[in-house]
Amino acid sequence: MAEQVNKNITAKIHSFESFGAVDGPGIRFVVFFQGCSLRCKYCHNRDTWPINAGMEYNADELIAKINRYKNYFTVSGGGVTLSGGEPLLQQDFLLELLPKLKKLGIHIAIDTSGSFPITDKIKKIIELADLFLLDIKCINDDICKDLVGVSNKLELEFAKYLSDIGKDVWIRQVLVPGITDNKEDLLKLKEFISNLSNVKKIEILAYHDLGKFKWENLGCNYELEDVPNATTEDVARAKKILGI
Amino acid sequence: MDFKQWEGFNKAGEWTKEIDVRGFIQSNYTPYEGDSKFLVGATEKTKKLWNEVLDLYKKERENGGVLDADCKTPSSINAYDAGYINKELEEIVGLQTDAPLKRAIMPNGGIRIVEKSAESYGFKVDPETEYIYHNLRKTHNDGVFEVYTPDIRAARSSHLLTGLPDGYGRGRIIGDYRRVALYGVDRLIEEKKLELDILNTDEFTEEIIRNREEVSDQIKALNDLKAMAAKYGFDISQPASNAKEAIQWLYFGYLGAVKDQNGAAMSLGRTSTFLDIYIERDLKNGTITEEYAQELIDQFIIKLRLVRFLRAPEYNSLFSGDPVWVTESIGGMGIDGRTLVTKNSFRVLHTLDNLGPAPEPNLTVLWSNNLPKGFKDYCADISIRTSSIQYENDDLMRITLGDDYGIACCVSAMRIGKQMQFFGARANLAKTLLYAINGGRDENSGKQVAPKFEPITSEYLNYDEVMEKFDQMMEYVAKIYIKALNAIHYMHDKYSYEALEMALHDRDEDILRTMACGVAGLSVVADSLSAIKYAKVKVIRDETGLAVDYQVEGDFPKYGNDDDRVDEIAVNVVKSFMRKLQKHHTYRHSKHTLSILTITSNVVYGKNTGNTPDGRRAGEPFGPGANPLHGRDANGALAVMNTIAKLPYEYSEDGISFTFSITPAALGKDEETKINNLVSMLDGYFKQTGHHINVNVFNRELLLDAMDHPENYPQLTIRVSGYAVNFIKLTREQQLDVINRTIHERI
Repeated sequence: MAEQVNKNITAKIHSFESFGAVDGPGIRFVVFFQGCSLRCKYCHNRDTWPINAGMEYNADELIAKINRYKNYFTVSGGGVTLSGGEPLLQQDFLLELLPKLKKLGIHIAIDTSGSFPITDKIKKIIELADLFLLDIKCINDDICKDLVGVSNKLELEFAKYLSDIGKDVWIRQVLVPGITDNKEDLLKLKEFISNLSNVKKIEILAYHDLGKFKWENLGCNYELEDVPNATTEDVARAKKILGI
Repeated sequence: MDFKQWEGFNKAGEWTKEIDVRGFIQSNYTPYEGDSKFLVGATEKTKKLWNEVLDLYKKERENGGVLDADCKTPSSINAYDAGYINKELEEIVGLQTDAPLKRAIMPNGGIRIVEKSAESYGFKVDPETEYIYHNLRKTHNDGVFEVYTPDIRAARSSHLLTGLPDGYGRGRIIGDYRRVALYGVDRLIEEKKLELDILNTDEFTEEIIRNREEVSDQIKALNDLKAMAAKYGFDISQPASNAKEAIQWLYFGYLGAVKDQNGAAMSLGRTSTFLDIYIERDLKNGTITEEYAQELIDQFIIKLRLVRFLRAPEYNSLFSGDPVWVTESIGGMGIDGRTLVTKNSFRVLHTLDNLGPAPEPNLTVLWSNNLPKGFKDYCADISIRTSSIQYENDDLMRITLGDDYGIACCVSAMRIGKQMQFFGARANLAKTLLYAINGGRDENSGKQVAPKFEPITSEYLNYDEVMEKFDQMMEYVAKIYIKALNAIHYMHDKYSYEALEMALHDRDEDILRTMACGVAGLSVVADSLSAIKYAKVKVIRDETGLAVDYQVEGDFPKYGNDDDRVDEIAVNVVKSFMRKLQKHHTYRHSKHTLSILTITSNVVYGKNTGNTPDGRRAGEPFGPGANPLHGRDANGALAVMNTIAKLPYEYSEDGISFTFSITPAALGKDEETKINNLVSMLDGYFKQTGHHINVNVFNRELLLDAMDHPENYPQLTIRVSGYAVNFIKLTREQQLDVINRTIHERI
């Protein structure tokens, strides 16, 4: 019997990238969800913030789209990456979508800030996903609050929960010169990560201002105007501190 | 037959009894499933020689693009004395004229074009030669224009049909140059004499007489080839006896062809695995080393990089950057399931490391999902570093073409020595659509080009009405298109017959000839029809009622996003145009085929086409080949690939070209990931039955810098539609077109 489809639950989607090669293993179909509750000053997808914009898709429509790239996933060990925006803002939709993706054998990665309390729904979503790309905004909570507008308390708890249940995770740290790159903080991050059991990869993402124009297009003030892009040397230095 | 030069070869099969190069390969080659670790660098000798060539390149550039030209001697297989770069350093010898990069004239194609070409580079054709070709010897170009009808002329001058080979050599014929090495020329002449005897019939028809004349020309060409080789001190009447001779004999065959013909594309075929057999035999006998094997290949490739033709500036606007399309097809699978990859497949690609990147030869990997992993990885690695390789779907082509086909030019597959094509450039489908709307009047000039019929007069375009008229206009274009091509190829055979290339083919009766038509502007047509269907398109007319602009109200699905609503339109246009072509009788009963390929002419086609209903502005370039229009693809690279893979190969057997560019960072974070991702992408694309892909990996900033400082980028190579080009040799307009194209990146 055909599965019951709840066509009423739809997602707000910002855009798609059919060839994602840097957001998880292999070739990824990346779904950028619309809406984000964080206010990261360096955000390069500023236009994904508003929750009531974007295209509307129900789970089946989205799956039909994703499934067209299966030939690329299977050979590369890739799959789908749910990114944004913040995909975990649309939990009811994910609970509809993820079981179907699983059934098709498609590898699921979720790219999130993890700034969510561990509710039953979140637990269920975590169980269904194969991998989390967890963006630790900044281990120093004062800097974190100033940089992204919220405390890091929830995301660190989120990370610990993933560790407790043994879910694969890639830890990501955006390296913003003068803000997230000081040595003590990076050492603290290293220590935090060393207590997690499930970290498969640590990625340093170099801050760049290529997304600045999106702020300008929206008539918004770009606060990091004077912050330089992180250089290859900056990244190498941070990696050295983190021991990766 | 048996030759002492064949000692050590497996003589199983028919190849010792008949001319059968494929049979020889199958009985003798050694598949290689390993990786690239065995490869060695260039020898000192090669490095010295290559540095001399780089100096010559520099002089050529400084001299305005042409180093020197002999404007007196009409070129032919044996018209010139031997020429060398530096005889002591050259393992493989032979130049088109008596000096490197000195260009020759080939007036059989047309004397006026030769004059124009010479003058545009500051040369002047010798008066005696001019006299002969203006007064005594008729040319291909003369013949064509004598028979062209007013409708063809009108379609040509309004750019409805563009780039027709009526003023330049048609090319795209691949001689089986391997035959020279395997059998020696005498045996080939013997075979042609047998063919001549078969043509001694009771019914001496026009066709038989023509064929007899052609075979006689072929025999003469083979004798000329022997004489040419003798000037270099080689007797090629007998088979080659070792690797060095095999490469030299094969190259002489090719050299004869490029001395004889200034064809638009002078492709090499599929030679690497053939040559590997000789190299393996010598390695096994201990007579050569891997270093020497690589030296031979490097030096062979140097020779191929030196091939030049004297061409008019108009030609460059169609096919820019001085391309020759010395296309070499590498790899693929055999029909018995063994891979045709050999160590020599690696050696040929390795020249891009040993000598640095270059547009020629046009290295084309025949990709199969079953290729050995080591080879796939090596190809991807080279692509990422040099942007010099194109890939074509062996799993798709092997079905109809077997395992001994090669690519002529960019994407035209043909069985080596058993098939040739009548190259037909392309029809401008975007303009055809505008003519449909305007009742046959040209949107730029207002002239009545196609027969007059009722134009569309409504304020907003109605999809059904447009489709009905577009269908009629395609009928008309198909008709005059085939008329033009029939005239061109009749005259080309008559006045500029490729005797040597055809001498390296089977008997005429066994040759499959294709009439290779083409289309330009497919994505513009698809988007325009989609806009008319899914949005509202308002027509803006001038005072004479001519539709000169369009306003699109609302959004519409765009080609290149894997959206069936518009992709289906493109598929149907291809099928429909092909069926219309098939209605018309072709010269020599050639088989109709179609390509979706523009080379770099997408710029010039766009330049001559007015505003289109998809919102594209007048004069803006079309997307190259089957690509979407720049900036219309919003869902990343694989969505574009999915769209292009939908185009039906069965209706476009002459090839569907896709040019893909990506930044290194978007391909992955480290080298290993990049290679894996590119390999997976190619596997996926070809599994979806995509036909061809050019792979470019570079940053836009690099190209911008190369525009400003060309002197720092003498070897910067990029892939454009179907071939590779020295970026700095492109016109500024074309450089901008490349830069403005979608370069997939992620920020």
